[in-house]
Amino acid sequence: MFWDWEYAFEVLPVLAGASIITIQATVLGFILALVLGLIFAIMRMSRNRAISGATTAVVEFIRSTPLLIQIFFIYFVLPEFGIVLDAFLAGTLALGIHYATYCSEVYRAGIEAIPRGQWEAATALNLSPTTTFRDIIIPQAIPPVVPALGNYLVALFKETPLLSAIAVLELMQTAKILGSQNFRYIEPITLVGGFFLIFSLIASAANRYAERRLSTIGKR
Amino acid sequence: MVRFSGVTKRYGDLTVLDNLDLDVAPQEKVAIIGPSGSGKTTVLRMLMTLERIDDGVIYVDGRPLTHMESNGGLVRANEKYLRSVRGDIGMVFQHFNLFPHMTVLRNCTEAPINVLGLPKAQAEERAVELLELVGLGDKLGEYPQRLSGGQKQRVAIARALAMRPKVMLFDEVTSALDPELVGEVLNAIRMLGKQFQLTMLMVTHQMGFAKEFADRVCFFYEGKIHEEGPPEQIFNAPERERTQQFLSAVLEAG
Ligand SMILES: Nc1ncnc2c1ncn2[C@@H]1O[C@H](COP(=O)(O)OP(=O)(O)O)[C@@H](O)[C@H]1O
Ligand SMILES: [Mg+2]
Repeated sequence: MFWDWEYAFEVLPVLAGASIITIQATVLGFILALVLGLIFAIMRMSRNRAISGATTAVVEFIRSTPLLIQIFFIYFVLPEFGIVLDAFLAGTLALGIHYATYCSEVYRAGIEAIPRGQWEAATALNLSPTTTFRDIIIPQAIPPVVPALGNYLVALFKETPLLSAIAVLELMQTAKILGSQNFRYIEPITLVGGFFLIFSLIASAANRYAERRLSTIGKR
Repeated sequence: MVRFSGVTKRYGDLTVLDNLDLDVAPQEKVAIIGPSGSGKTTVLRMLMTLERIDDGVIYVDGRPLTHMESNGGLVRANEKYLRSVRGDIGMVFQHFNLFPHMTVLRNCTEAPINVLGLPKAQAEERAVELLELVGLGDKLGEYPQRLSGGQKQRVAIARALAMRPKVMLFDEVTSALDPELVGEVLNAIRMLGKQFQLTMLMVTHQMGFAKEFADRVCFFYEGKIHEEGPPEQIFNAPERERTQQFLSAVLEAG
């Protein structure tokens, strides 16, 4: 028989357990991407040429090299400099840093869309740069870009199987192990695919909902 | 109170203000009129430190605004110094520039809390007072989008005043308004002039208002003060041809 239901039900609980790791890596990685992305975006706008230039260079470099290489770098190369991270941490860190560069572009677009008059009003009221960002710019820049950030959440989620390359026991790696133990790959790999499909669909729906909500809030 | 001394501003090859000298006494109300592109907005923007100046010095209350003293000489002011001197000046913009994500009240307390360090309760008390003064005591919890242009501009005036500036700048504050809303904003400005000891510089196309309210009128032409004097003189007996032409064109249109 092409598809073995019994085997599928046998591996399902194991995969469900592994999905927790996948979700953890996604959530932690994305939180890091959101925070670090904002820091990148603000540093790139710095009036200090050295800071903005260096940040731009770093962001461009990370964005234009493959995530897999960055994962390997953090996991296999950093230990040579005395920084040893376990596989999960190394992988999540790489995901977070890589997606931070995408998020920083999104933030930047959001910030650049703020009318100049808002900055000028902040200056005329003598607000400090910190207060201007915190109270005036960021609260207006982020709501319109939430959908774009949401898309990167889904994209990051779909890239978590790359962590199997450093043997993080997330879904893909677990499926591979199950497959090799039982000499049957169809069921575990298909189930993993189905899992990603379902979660991506849920996340996209949530994103569309957020988009609608934001557009109604924007009209208040 | 405010002194421009040989101030020049260029954008590339274009000299927008050419060696400008202007002295404004404490509590003096100066109306700035002139054709579009003559540099009126630029004067206010430089005073608000929104633009750098290319030459000359601006003094506010005897202190150099654009420059700071260093080793007995004057050097270009840095951001920190600008922050320390800018507090004396408030500005109201043509397009309001209210913070759309904040209520009317919060628009008026944001800077007093974060810049002056006032406790929230005290900042709110003061903001409510000012908003009542401009006739918006019933709009405290509204967001700017729900307000008419005239109401927005009055919030912007209250917001600037909440910082207790000594000098207020108005840049064509009624130009973006429907004609029937102009009066309420001008009334608010009139009232401030009486209630507070403010020095005011206003760029305006409301010649009637300038005539009645200003102590002095400056006619700008091509980046220079082409003619200035008390309103009666400028409006009733302008001496120079450009001024006469401008005024007759404006009167024709208005
Ligand atoms: N940021 C800028 N870059 C280049 N030119 C500018 C800029 N701002 C103003 N100008 C030019 O400076 C001149 C004076 O502008 P402005 O002070 O706004 O005039 P007014 O307010 O009297 O209409 C205009 O010719 C305008 O095109
Ligand atoms: Mg102008």
